[in-house]
Amino acid sequence: MMNSDSPGFFDKPANVKRVLRVFYACCALLLIMDVVIHRHVVHPWETLIGFYPLYGFLGCVVLVLLAKVMRKVLMRDEDFYDHQPRVVDLVTDKKDGAESEASDVDR
Amino acid sequence: MWIAELPSFIYFYLGALLLPLLRGWGRNLVLLAIPLVSGFFLWQLPEGEHWQVTLLGFELTPFYTDRLSVLFGYVFHIAAFIAIVYALHVRDLLQQVASLMYAGSALGAVFSGDLISLFVFWEMLAVTSVFLVFARRTERAYRSGMRYLMIQVMSGLLLLVGVILYVQASGSLRFDFIGLEHVGTAGLASWLIFIAIGIKCAFPFLHTWLTDAYPESTPTGTIFLSAFTTKVAVYALARGYPGTELLIYIGAVMTCFPIFYAVIENDLRRVLAYSLINQVGFMVVGIGIGTALAVNGAVAHAFNDVIFKGLLFMSMGAVLHMTGKINGSELGGLYKSMPKTTILCIVGAASISAFPLFSGFVSKSMVMTAALNNGYNVIWLMLLFASAGVFHHAGIKIPYFAFFAHDSGIRTSEPPTNMLIAMTIAAVLCVAIGVYPEMVYSLLPHDVDYTPYDTTHVLAQLQLLFFSALAFVWLNQRGLYPPELPSVNLDVEWFYRRLLPRLFEFIMGLFWSLNEVLRQTIKRFLSALGNHIHTHSGPQGILAKTWPTGRVVFWVAMILAAFLILSLY
Repeated sequence: MMNSDSPGFFDKPANVKRVLRVFYACCALLLIMDVVIHRHVVHPWETLIGFYPLYGFLGCVVLVLLAKVMRKVLMRDEDFYDHQPRVVDLVTDKKDGAESEASDVDR
Repeated sequence: MWIAELPSFIYFYLGALLLPLLRGWGRNLVLLAIPLVSGFFLWQLPEGEHWQVTLLGFELTPFYTDRLSVLFGYVFHIAAFIAIVYALHVRDLLQQVASLMYAGSALGAVFSGDLISLFVFWEMLAVTSVFLVFARRTERAYRSGMRYLMIQVMSGLLLLVGVILYVQASGSLRFDFIGLEHVGTAGLASWLIFIAIGIKCAFPFLHTWLTDAYPESTPTGTIFLSAFTTKVAVYALARGYPGTELLIYIGAVMTCFPIFYAVIENDLRRVLAYSLINQVGFMVVGIGIGTALAVNGAVAHAFNDVIFKGLLFMSMGAVLHMTGKINGSELGGLYKSMPKTTILCIVGAASISAFPLFSGFVSKSMVMTAALNNGYNVIWLMLLFASAGVFHHAGIKIPYFAFFAHDSGIRTSEPPTNMLIAMTIAAVLCVAIGVYPEMVYSLLPHDVDYTPYDTTHVLAQLQLLFFSALAFVWLNQRGLYPPELPSVNLDVEWFYRRLLPRLFEFIMGLFWSLNEVLRQTIKRFLSALGNHIHTHSGPQGILAKTWPTGRVVFWVAMILAAFLILSLY
């Protein structure tokens, strides 16, 4: 097992670059294979050159960008649900400060 | 009926009863032996009805096996065994008993030949599994567990009403094809049963119990949870509602919407919970299409999903167990101290992403092919998008943010050996099924004539995955990828976790302010009345004045005089 405190393989930018370069080469190779290999297709769109690569790439970019927009609408603080009114606090008269006490219990 | 023909759930329930009497190795031995013994007897068993009882005039068949149920039976045994090995270091009787009962209930449900037995095990699933959430023993887990229990029991009640109406209308207790084509009472019944299954299956808008409770369970409890409840629901759909077109659209939505949440979710086990819904979506689509290939694909995917999703949950459970942290924003760089766990996690990630030679590929492609063959082009595109998306969040995000990304500075060690063994078993199965798919294909309910490994499929899938990864790399290098942030993302649960309590608070507030107004009014009225009485009857009041004797004598004389004058007339 490698020593935990020594810099790991991915701590060196050169290594990351090397891995990425292999990865890009694989992508390019797969794209070229699209032209070389004859495929039997069911759907007409499948015949388009680069359909799957393009769909995968664009799909993920759209996914992430839409998710970022979603974050603007849907994201709340981590303890958003922890500020719950408790029936006990509502029934007794101490309405002020009830919320902060509830969150104390939760955390 | 002798021991070899006992229903599978009996072994698990008896084992659960036995556990409190044992300690240490004895208890571990029983835990390990139960799925092995029960699984062995199930393997030896011929198909058919094995046990019939008459209860209150109803003919029940609590143990009925055919190809469909046996396939789920096998995978539940495998899942139970792996999860038990994974949890072997846990010294918590509550969890051990609950997990055995829970696994037994899942087996009971898939082997139920009649609707009443199904209902009983349906409810048992709910009440046994909730203890795996409670077992975290935090206020947060307790609240989450209560919400989980309420929704699960609601599903059970819908099923009960549906079953009663259905049995009345059709006169048959058998759990067989139901479908949504009935009219009248049977129609209502079939819808109620459908919705009851839909809740357990995590249909859109009914899914938040899953993403709420599963990540709150213990590191080991989640492994059990992820295997059983949703797969029992998938089994119930495959038996009761195959070929129901509505399921295709529900399933397609299930594959797509969770991936958006998964991308922005911080709790990595919650990311997996969302991706669980996404994978169940593929199964639901397959059942909806209903052809032999599609149903085969759906149940094969259920089989594989139990194992690879279990593996992913186990790897994240190991991270949580060792570091006490599970948020993407707090993790990173763990590949240095947990290299074995990292590799095992990557095997799970490759399987769920359906890389060729891993198990997800051989089953998911069946559903995709079936969608394309049956002319569901838009659905096919949605599934393709979801396939790219699942790679993005489960295949890349999970391993990347936990084990790579920036170094969080956490230095830990590999998890306990039993955890590593459990993960290794699951990883070996993922690869074995991927390389030799006949292992699962031979168990499928319909005869299959399907070869996943042809050049077209493999190339298309590799292109899709590599370019999805390219998108991740590109977005990351451009700084466009959303960072992991400590946050809560609003989902449907907002309605019952925020809106309902706030509505209740509002109504109670109204009630109390009305109460206050009434009290004040009455108080003011009473004090005004008091003042009024005081002015006349108080010490200075006119009615309280004491009169001198002379004046009284005068007035008495005057009255007597008046009487005298009156008497004269």
